[in-house]
Amino acid sequence: MELLNLTAVQLSAKIKAKEVTVAEALDAVLEQIEKLERDIHSYVTIDWERAKKSAEEVQKKINKGELNGLLAGVPIAVKDNICTKDLLTTCSSKMLENFLPSYSAQAVENLKKEGVVIIGKTNMDEFAMGSTTETSAFGVTKNPWNKEHVPGGSSGGSAAAVAAAQCYCALGSDTGGSIRQPASYCGIVGMKPTYGTVSRYGLIAYGSSLEQIGPLCKDVTDCAAVLEGITSYDKKDSTSILRKDREFIKDLKVSIKGWKIGIPKDYFGEGLSEEVRKAVLGAAKELEKRGARLEEFDLKHVSYAIPAYYILACAEASSNLGRFDGVKYGYRAEEFHGLHQMYKKTRSQGFGMEVKKRIMLGTFALSEAYYEAYYLKALKVRALIKEELCKAFEKYDILLGPTTPNTAPKLGDSLSHPMNMYLGDIYTIALNLAGLPGISLPCGKDKGGLPIGLQLIGDCFMDKKVMQAAYAYEEERGRFIPCIDEKLESWHS
Amino acid sequence: MGKKYETVIGLEVHVELSTKTKIFCSCPISFGEEPNSNICPVCTGMPGSLPVLNKKAVEYAIAVGLGTGCSITQYSQFDRKNYFYPDNPQNYQITQLYMPICTKGALEIETKSGVKNISIREIHLEEDAGKLFHDQETSSSFVDYNRSGIPLIEIVTEPDMENEEEVIAFIKKLKSIIQYLGASDCKLQEGSMRVDVNLSVREAGAKALGVRTEMKNLNSLKAITRAIEGERKRQEKILRDGGEIIQKTRRWDDEKGLSFAMRGKEDVKDYRYFPDPDLIPLRISNQWIEEIKASQPEFRTKKIARFKKEYDIPDYDIELLTESNYMAEFFEKTANLCGNPKKAANWLMVETMRLLKEKGIEPKELKYSPENLAKLIGLVDKKVINGDKAKEVFHHMFEQNMDPEKYVEENGLRAVRDERILKKAVEEVIAGNPKSVEDFLRGKEKVMGFFVGQTMKALKGRGDPEIITQLLKERLKEGL
Repeated sequence: MELLNLTAVQLSAKIKAKEVTVAEALDAVLEQIEKLERDIHSYVTIDWERAKKSAEEVQKKINKGELNGLLAGVPIAVKDNICTKDLLTTCSSKMLENFLPSYSAQAVENLKKEGVVIIGKTNMDEFAMGSTTETSAFGVTKNPWNKEHVPGGSSGGSAAAVAAAQCYCALGSDTGGSIRQPASYCGIVGMKPTYGTVSRYGLIAYGSSLEQIGPLCKDVTDCAAVLEGITSYDKKDSTSILRKDREFIKDLKVSIKGWKIGIPKDYFGEGLSEEVRKAVLGAAKELEKRGARLEEFDLKHVSYAIPAYYILACAEASSNLGRFDGVKYGYRAEEFHGLHQMYKKTRSQGFGMEVKKRIMLGTFALSEAYYEAYYLKALKVRALIKEELCKAFEKYDILLGPTTPNTAPKLGDSLSHPMNMYLGDIYTIALNLAGLPGISLPCGKDKGGLPIGLQLIGDCFMDKKVMQAAYAYEEERGRFIPCIDEKLESWHS
Repeated sequence: MGKKYETVIGLEVHVELSTKTKIFCSCPISFGEEPNSNICPVCTGMPGSLPVLNKKAVEYAIAVGLGTGCSITQYSQFDRKNYFYPDNPQNYQITQLYMPICTKGALEIETKSGVKNISIREIHLEEDAGKLFHDQETSSSFVDYNRSGIPLIEIVTEPDMENEEEVIAFIKKLKSIIQYLGASDCKLQEGSMRVDVNLSVREAGAKALGVRTEMKNLNSLKAITRAIEGERKRQEKILRDGGEIIQKTRRWDDEKGLSFAMRGKEDVKDYRYFPDPDLIPLRISNQWIEEIKASQPEFRTKKIARFKKEYDIPDYDIELLTESNYMAEFFEKTANLCGNPKKAANWLMVETMRLLKEKGIEPKELKYSPENLAKLIGLVDKKVINGDKAKEVFHHMFEQNMDPEKYVEENGLRAVRDERILKKAVEEVIAGNPKSVEDFLRGKEKVMGFFVGQTMKALKGRGDPEIITQLLKERLKEGL
């Protein structure tokens, strides 16, 4: 059990010090998967055999001194919308139930070079559309803190797997909060980096202009290590940016004395639960103790973020998901007459309800008659939000607020109240519209024992500052007791 | 009493650019390969793949824009055109709707009725689709994505043309400019240039445009001519009969000489265009435009005018030689080196073009250099070798470039000028053919050809037929 309590960076240090072998670490995680998977269902695919083989190979390289990175030997999980060569990548959709990519995403390639061991692919909302992991075609994932509740989404499988120690860290993707929100619900650390930091090559697109791959981890140090590992300038992604400041770990520990932290009043308005408000403001006080100065300010355009986001994300999705037609790969309807019907049946049968809904919304928003009224208007809102946030960063080093208005909802609640589900993205979405980095880390629990997430937001390219502030908070807060410690007893029963 | 009609024509010309790789991935472009051999995740629309713009394709588009008098859009973008079809692997085509890379150009054309300006509305960059094959026997279809992602430019004209003569003149001029730039080989038959004709008919003098149709599948200039004639007649007849033209895309069947309304993607007109979020906006600097401008060749119209002034060769030769920029420049270098433009032109127009056609290769694939052709012409001018030997040398040169002077020396091809050797050969021929000499003396002058041939043979082809004829005549006067 001790082994599972280690963070990724701690584990790798022990492996490199020959105190633990890669195989032992992997076995511990696989055992945990065997024990909990039926209850939690974090994974769509577990790559037992190859993971074991890869553990051996990595061990050899570590022994030879060829691998000495921060993550060498660490078993990790990858969200199922990130391509992994010859390993099923389904996007939790029937449409791609049989899809074996011919290549791996650049982020995965980068991590492999660091010597990680890929355990498998984690469950998610179908094509990353959803906030609960309930829209998966392969079953729901449950929150390890309380099996009656959702883990959040769309990277719910990754978040649950990290929280339940079914892996040491995981990759997720964040289009509107899909890393930060499940991290918040599962009491772990999740970060969306500045747009362009991590190559999107190999990330199966939902909202191309909004999304980034990012880490879901046990603590801020792991988060910095994983982000450092996946960050690269990639010529295959035209939106990739050459970052010269990617030594996130080295610069993690700095004094935040004198930092100005902006607290957007609009992040503490109607709809926010009292418990979350208290916990987040409490976290702000902790940062104040470290010498940061807090100041409230107005961020009024943010109230338009949700409609703008859903128009843009759905518009892009309606085009991005056009390629799933039964012609080249993935699911194809069994019976059809002619091309037109093949398309229709394949897409009707292959996609789930939420995906169809968003494709239809996006198709509508892009149609000639409504393009200006919806798509172009949303782009304008996006520009205004970006401008407003940029202005805030003229004054503040970072911004602070809750990640979500509430803690993890009960299974089934969200899909029956979709508007509430969409509104739950209110605090995370603006960052995606503006391309900004943001992190969520646990800052307390509600009465029911479910974790509460603190969100720290940085200006473009200020990923480092976001992690520095998060690290400072983490130190001030002290260890956040993970659910595997708290819930150990109930799992054994 | 028939009404008088006039025809209004605009063109949409697609041209495949001669880049080494595709527009959004690094797959090589080559033709005649096995289906689906030049493909990758990007040009087959695999999930998670992303496009990256080919700089050379942009450069060619700018070059064609500058060559056709367009303004270059310095801040442009790429848009997605969404429609479902299996040859379109992403089910959207990356193209430029909102900000085409070149706008507002014009080409001057010359026809029998004079000089006219044809306006170009825009030129935009886009990707080509794959190709579908339908197997009638199994009634299944196959897709080949080798062509998917080949860069195209689409040149859209204003409806400024009135008849097929103007259309052909425009296409020829456009082709020449693009070929001179090396941006494409513009072959209509092979589809590297595809012309769609938008045609409408209206009563003579009317201001409003009539309803137009768009014609596709025009694989040659002749097909374009026939299609315009055919469509004009079809529309005029409908209007005369009081009918209405339906705006439709039509497929020209050149064998039947008829056009047929097309079905398919045209039925749905809403392509839901929007800027491609995977590609960043394209910024084109003044400096880049200036660099491309500076490297533009002298185009054909200018070149023809200059050649007429500078070289004393027939207009016909100039027309032919300037069809390709490579040939024109080759001619000019050779002519300047040897100082004999007419001979340079002849070698290029007769032997060279014949061999190029025979072997099916392009002028730019010529192996020999202008320097060596000039040397060869010099060898003939100085009578170092005779015409027959010159052809022999030329053929060697065509196969593998070499110095003709060296070759002549090494292979002993110099014409025999030593009068003693020549006279000896003549003497032997006469001595060996007494009967023919008698025939000649009896007035059968045709025999002279036989004597010349025999003498040449004795000299292993290295004599000068003129000199030999002269010597033979002199000798035969003396009788046997």
